[in-house]
Amino acid sequence: MKKDHSLPQDRPIGPSLIIEVAVRIMIPFIQLFGLYVIAHGHYSPGGGFQGGVVLGASFILMAIAFDLKTSLRFFSLRANAVMASSGVFIYSGTGVLCALMGGLFLDYSALDAIIPLGPVEWRSMGVFVVELGVGLAVTSIMASLFWDLSSGGDMDKGL
Amino acid sequence: MKRIALISTLFAGVLLIWGTRDFPSWGDPNAPASRHVSPTYIERTVEETHIPNAVTSVLGDYRGYDTMFETVVIFCAGIVVISVLRRPDA
Repeated sequence: MKKDHSLPQDRPIGPSLIIEVAVRIMIPFIQLFGLYVIAHGHYSPGGGFQGGVVLGASFILMAIAFDLKTSLRFFSLRANAVMASSGVFIYSGTGVLCALMGGLFLDYSALDAIIPLGPVEWRSMGVFVVELGVGLAVTSIMASLFWDLSSGGDMDKGL
Repeated sequence: MKRIALISTLFAGVLLIWGTRDFPSWGDPNAPASRHVSPTYIERTVEETHIPNAVTSVLGDYRGYDTMFETVVIFCAGIVVISVLRRPDA
């Protein structure tokens, strides 16, 4: 992360070296854990919603510890909107694709006609694809909710 | 008018609380929900979906339609907050 010396001085606490260094160390591990929770939802408690919230919380933590502009530099508004929409699109698109391939809506075993893995294995893979979509949508919506609510919509200064 | 509203609210609330007396007790193995749907999911999850976690298979496969609209609800919440608060010049 590039060191930014132009931190806002008018906050009550002001920039704190301890908080910034601690957050800088924590964020990669939080994001890795979020990805792990999404990808490991088949075997342990977790899935798209929980992992998405953890990933979104890493950007919220970045916005709290530094300022809102810093988190926007790593997660632009355009990427945020694209991710939120594509997450929902992946989920519903998987369902429609299943219906187009001759199964029922969201019947993942029909996807066997595209990539032959076996109908039962595809029900496992289909859940993973769908969880990825949920994770994308939840991640970006969590960050976007915090940005809008904490800055009143002008994306200038957060908490 | 306010009194009628209060009385009807209280009446409906008492009726609902009274209705809970007919519920099966919590965790009752003989409850209707525990006799048909739950054992089927628990017994057939692995052979039908190859997912070792029954919660994930119910969430993503057996009840996928529900989860899809949960995602849509979260998406709608985000879109509404953006459309109400965010300014175009930001």
